[in-house]
Amino acid sequence: MPLTPAIEAIDVAKRYATKGAGVTALDGVSLRIEQGEFFGLLGPNGAGKTTLISIIAGLARATRGTVTVMGNDVVRDYRAARRSLGVVPQELVFDPFFSVRETLRFQSGYFGLRSNDAWIEEVMANLDLTGKADANMRSLSGGMKRRVLVAQALVHRPPVIVLDEPTAGVDVELRQGLWAFVRRLNREGHTIVLTTHYLEEAQELCNRIAMLKAGRVIALDETRELLNRLADVRISMRLNGALPEALRARVIEESDTHVTLRLGGASEVESVLATCRAAGCTIDELDVGHADLEDVFMQLMAAASPRPLERKAA
Amino acid sequence: MAALVLDSSGFRTLLYKEVLRFWKVSFQTVAAPVLTGVLYLLVFGHVLEAHVEAFRGVSYTAFLIPGLVMMSVLQNAFANSSSSLIQSKITGNLVFVLLPPLSNLEFFGAYVFASIARGLVVGVGVFAVTLWFAPLSIEAPLWIAVFALAGSALLGVLGLIAGIVSDKFDQLAAFQNFIIMPATFLSGVFYSVHGLPPFWQAVSHFNPFFYMVDGFRYGFFAQADVSPWISLVVVMVALLIASAISLTMLERGYKIRN
Repeated sequence: MPLTPAIEAIDVAKRYATKGAGVTALDGVSLRIEQGEFFGLLGPNGAGKTTLISIIAGLARATRGTVTVMGNDVVRDYRAARRSLGVVPQELVFDPFFSVRETLRFQSGYFGLRSNDAWIEEVMANLDLTGKADANMRSLSGGMKRRVLVAQALVHRPPVIVLDEPTAGVDVELRQGLWAFVRRLNREGHTIVLTTHYLEEAQELCNRIAMLKAGRVIALDETRELLNRLADVRISMRLNGALPEALRARVIEESDTHVTLRLGGASEVESVLATCRAAGCTIDELDVGHADLEDVFMQLMAAASPRPLERKAA
Repeated sequence: MAALVLDSSGFRTLLYKEVLRFWKVSFQTVAAPVLTGVLYLLVFGHVLEAHVEAFRGVSYTAFLIPGLVMMSVLQNAFANSSSSLIQSKITGNLVFVLLPPLSNLEFFGAYVFASIARGLVVGVGVFAVTLWFAPLSIEAPLWIAVFALAGSALLGVLGLIAGIVSDKFDQLAAFQNFIIMPATFLSGVFYSVHGLPPFWQAVSHFNPFFYMVDGFRYGFFAQADVSPWISLVVVMVALLIASAISLTMLERGYKIRN
């Protein structure tokens, strides 16, 4: 018997009614995220990532479809669903009336946990917030406020944690610290769902990735498989002499000094070099690399039907 | 019917937070309205004392005090829920109370009870200070309590509706300046409606604020423009209607969860 999925979305659609017209933010999204996954939700701005997260968190209602968190419907069993979920919102929001500790105690209390101080202290310690526990939220730097947001999402020890662009505008040191902490949570059994603009982060952290475009899932696979889909090798060279015509079809980028070719695999490197040698041009510089998630992302975004956000008269 | 159960501590925490929110800035939320109330009393009491006798055997200053107390209760109850909600919406921290497993009724209850608390604290403050200016009898304390509670609850609910509907501070200010202020000023705080021309007397009877002030005042003087029972029915009906509207808005996620 398979485990209850951490999050399951079935045919979720969201239309925003605006004056005279409606905007479709999500257009039939189905996803199943298993317990213990480190799941990435990627897509350009306006793809519907935040809308999907809002529906999962109960911050917005789906126009169609259902979402469950740990098997609890987010509308019918909202109490159980929300207790299972911790959300780190994208915006750097805070309540200026309270200190860090007060903020966390209130958040804990909203979840019905009244004597939770030991855990609150532990969360603060893990996020290096202990020194600022009694500081007013207003006085904290942006990075510190971000940590408090993470702490707030954890006060009720949710099995599923959603981080919506948690590293936007965050310095390198904090980013590293944050990821180390989130990885630990994942190892300890928490399901992590992440949206990010930094594709290298997703590639490094996520075991599975969904790519959204214009409110639809256009790719959903293990990160490894997505990368394998572009099983190509790229080779960048500085040539002394003209590029042989036989290689022209492989060019994906060309500048005054360098030319980059796409190859079907590492085995083709040899033949490319041989072709150059035969044509009498020498290679002054050579760089061989694999496709990364950014290449996959760019290719998928370009390939998916150029379907703009639908506008219809309401 | 899980949504109808007040699930204890989440609700209590939100209520406590809402009370603490105004208490932490009580200079602005309690002391300032008390001063405003006293200024009204000094100016109007001084100017009109010799000219107006609204109720038989009651000095104008004494007549004015309950009106000013109730006006302060109502305005501050409205200000509490509406400004808390709009601030949280605009700064975005409303998300902290939308993510937890709080029911709509708990959300509603916490904001409204905090409004009642602020209304009563300010009302007691105005009353305590204005007592220096005129001796005041208390004929029926139960009526005073009933109207203070029901009135602050109604305005707390109206503040909640205004806070839900408004997206910006100036929209909320429009509610305050074009609905709440005129309705309070024309409710008989400063005069007895019996002194008005018949047309305006009739108009006053369509203003729920009139019944709140009139019923509240009955508790002090055992005389009023209409029977306190009628006032109570009007206020309770208004409270039920406003509550139904705001709960429906919350239930549908209108503006708040969208």
